[in-house]
Amino acid sequence: MNFEGLDYLAIRRLIFQRKASCRQLTNHYLSQIDAAKKFNAFISVLKKYALTSAELLDQRLQKSDAGPLAGLVIAVKDNINFRDSLSTCGSKILANYVSPYNATVIEKLLNADAIVIGKTNMDEFGMGSSGENSFFGPVKNPLDPNRAAGGSSAGSAVAVAASLSTAALGSDTGGSIRQPAAFCGVVGLKPTYGRVSRFGLVAFASSLEEIGPITKSVADAAAILEVIAGHDTKDATSARQPVKNYSDIIRARSRKIRIGLPREYFVAEVTPEIKTAILEVVKKLEQQGAEVEWISLPHTEFAIAAYYIIAAAEASSNLARYDGVRYGFRSDGSQDIEQMYLNSRSDGFGEEVKRRILLGTFVLSSGYYENYYRRAQKVRHLIHLDFKAAFQQCDCLIAPTVPTTAFFLGEKIRDPLQMYLSDVFTVPANLAGIPAMSVPCGTDSNGLPIGLQIMADHFNEETLLQTGNAVESIVKQCKLH
Amino acid sequence: MNELTPYQTIIGLEVHAQLKTDSKLFCGCHWQFGAQPNARTCPLCLGLPGALPVLNRKAVEFAIKLALAVEARIAQRTAFSRKNYFYPDLPKGYQISQFDSPIASSGKLKIRLNSGIKTIHIRRIHLEDDAGKSIHAESWVRENESLIDFNRCGVPLIEIVTEPELSTPGEASRFLQTIRQLLRYLDICDANMEVGNLRCDANISVRPHGGATWPGVKTEVKNMNSFRAVERALAYEQQRQIELLEHGEKILSDTLLWNEKAQVTESMRIKEQAHDYRYFPEPDLPPLKIDTSWLDKIKNEMPELPDARRDRFIRQYKLSRADADLFTATVELADFFEKVVVRIGDVRLVNTWVKTELLRSVNQSADEATPISADAFAELLDFVKQKKITAQSAKIVLVEMLTSEKAVAEIIHDKKLTLLSDANQLGVIVDQAIADNPDAVKHYRSGKRQLLNFFIGQVMKLTRTKADPEAAKKILLEKLDAE
Repeated sequence: MNFEGLDYLAIRRLIFQRKASCRQLTNHYLSQIDAAKKFNAFISVLKKYALTSAELLDQRLQKSDAGPLAGLVIAVKDNINFRDSLSTCGSKILANYVSPYNATVIEKLLNADAIVIGKTNMDEFGMGSSGENSFFGPVKNPLDPNRAAGGSSAGSAVAVAASLSTAALGSDTGGSIRQPAAFCGVVGLKPTYGRVSRFGLVAFASSLEEIGPITKSVADAAAILEVIAGHDTKDATSARQPVKNYSDIIRARSRKIRIGLPREYFVAEVTPEIKTAILEVVKKLEQQGAEVEWISLPHTEFAIAAYYIIAAAEASSNLARYDGVRYGFRSDGSQDIEQMYLNSRSDGFGEEVKRRILLGTFVLSSGYYENYYRRAQKVRHLIHLDFKAAFQQCDCLIAPTVPTTAFFLGEKIRDPLQMYLSDVFTVPANLAGIPAMSVPCGTDSNGLPIGLQIMADHFNEETLLQTGNAVESIVKQCKLH
Repeated sequence: MNELTPYQTIIGLEVHAQLKTDSKLFCGCHWQFGAQPNARTCPLCLGLPGALPVLNRKAVEFAIKLALAVEARIAQRTAFSRKNYFYPDLPKGYQISQFDSPIASSGKLKIRLNSGIKTIHIRRIHLEDDAGKSIHAESWVRENESLIDFNRCGVPLIEIVTEPELSTPGEASRFLQTIRQLLRYLDICDANMEVGNLRCDANISVRPHGGATWPGVKTEVKNMNSFRAVERALAYEQQRQIELLEHGEKILSDTLLWNEKAQVTESMRIKEQAHDYRYFPEPDLPPLKIDTSWLDKIKNEMPELPDARRDRFIRQYKLSRADADLFTATVELADFFEKVVVRIGDVRLVNTWVKTELLRSVNQSADEATPISADAFAELLDFVKQKKITAQSAKIVLVEMLTSEKAVAEIIHDKKLTLLSDANQLGVIVDQAIADNPDAVKHYRSGKRQLLNFFIGQVMKLTRTKADPEAAKKILLEKLDAE
């Protein structure tokens, strides 16, 4: 049985029609993972666990007693806790850390009979846009191993792009799902803040991040979202909004949709090929009956600065717990507690993480708080208002996910500011807490995938998925011609 | 400080009270003093990656109860902040506390001093989670080793910050005792300084009398584990500051630890920079709205507070102010008193017996819980009231009740304390008393009538206090006056 290139819905049909078994499927992925080691997508592969789960699930399928995600073999970013397995966050400081409990998303996936195949490589604690900031070495783009896979959910995007798993979970603090999805040519969905429980997600910047699926198709994203979404009593920021049956919704014929094109996202920094590709798809949507208009999100240019202040501030506090006292890495030979903190954190964290801890500590310090942290929060509010105004006019926004296609490994790693600018179109959605998705939109002249980003209002994943589905069909048709 | 010294003192307190909720402030762990170390922990208390806090609404209600009791302004919207610092027993690397929007502010508490009543204003009341406990000093901890017990991590605390309005160490101690009484009445905190569920840091500053402004320099004193320690530490610190001023030296802002053994304060030598806690809004907890209906529900659950209860005791039971103070000192004693009164009816009898016999016989202050149940005590008083035993016998029964589980009737039976009022039996005893004391009889009959009491005493002695004094008196009079 050849599973290559199939999305989850296709595989699901094979499994439920008994044309393939979960054991076959799992073995297939395990050998794919073996063959694709050069991409460095996984930090740990749960071979024994995955095969045992697959066998048990096959027995249940015989009795027609399988959950809604049977046949989904999923890779999970290594900052999402999976009981009794490593959760390293791509860091030396947690290189040996085994979580004693499951994240809520994991509980939900397991209850729906998904099989977790492994934990994926990532930029340390989610800090990075290239997949290079990992203690376990850089992740490589399967379409061109000299290029970055994007970040920070690099391994998750690669796992899906290279068919090492059916789908993957990532986390998105400033674009960490959408940007690697764009670079690797797969679908990446960041749900509304509060839509999916963060319980068990190792915190980087608590007010910005969400867990979401990385998949081969928009329909797969819908199938996974409807399982992992929903209120969780263990996460005080999780929303009580009802969760819709997204799989059904995207199949329904979409109503006449109003699309906004934010001018600030089609500026000179965006490569012409990306602009052209996206505007062509938008033209087709218009031909299918969508209303399209140019709109403005006037505070976009301040988003990166605000983001890197807020995210760093929260990170400096969230990462304080890695002190070598209770678990994780502890440096030897310290004479007192202060030295132990200093040595363990100096040796245990990578360069980018230390940079952000220092930055975050600085912006929260007395005398600087007002000018940095407080001001960044005000900017955040303005960006939020920008989107509110935009969604008065239109149902969703379409824009590039990233200004460029995948850059070379090593190209930006010495220049943090250049690296940060890679997130310029993804961070506004995190600052505003709105849902956003990257959908593949053809390739550039180097054959590298282009990501089309759709953004919608809070808790309107419905419109996001419907539009994404329409974009996906247009892109598929274009490929056929 | 008394008016004769040329110096003036101000003291402000930060009081921490552990709330006795079933579970911790941000997780479901149950907590208990003295539990097996680290047995009462979960991923959140241990600061494991990925754990999130969820607010315990009961703790909020407890804090609101205190706020209502001190007439503080309760915030309609309150929020949590992170207070960041590194310490081994602080597993998250930050404490979840409240910074710019505390749950309540601007309250007041009346304290009773010998000189009268003084109102101390309360600046703010806020909620925060407790840290764990580092253990180095115990004999079983090895040299160069520290152990940490995280059980206490996440236990809800309320911090009560007073305005600097206390003028003597004695007032500070009195304030703490009043707060303790209130916390216990509200049933929100056990408030034992000795085990640390009531803690206090004090800021103290001294200036020459009549100075126009305060020097702005204060010292903070920590590690005072009893009311007496608070009083002594502050007196010591007050004297130390005065002596510095007398010698023309400057007082330096400092944080000091009270050394109970040496009875001195010692500098902690904390670097100034260590005080930047980098507070910022806690992103894991949305702001909390306290709406009127919730507030009304809490108001309905408010118990009668100490002052109200004392005033009612004065009114309802016609008690003196001193007696009312005594009986309302603790909610347990007040409940005890009222229960016994309800059963016995005779307030004066109950008053005397509780005050002079019960509290004296247990040789304890009213702070301690009463050692016997109100029902048992009422039963005993019932025997006294019905004159089924003598007061002397009742005292014997009471002593026995303090150490045994036996019922009152059983003790009376076992100790053969049943009242002896049978005329024949008493007659025999009276005869003996007369026969044993011929001289006294002679004197009585020659006019020393006051010797009657001597003979009653003799009868009591012979009956081991069981004789009905009225009956004995009657028979004695008959027999002594017979000739």
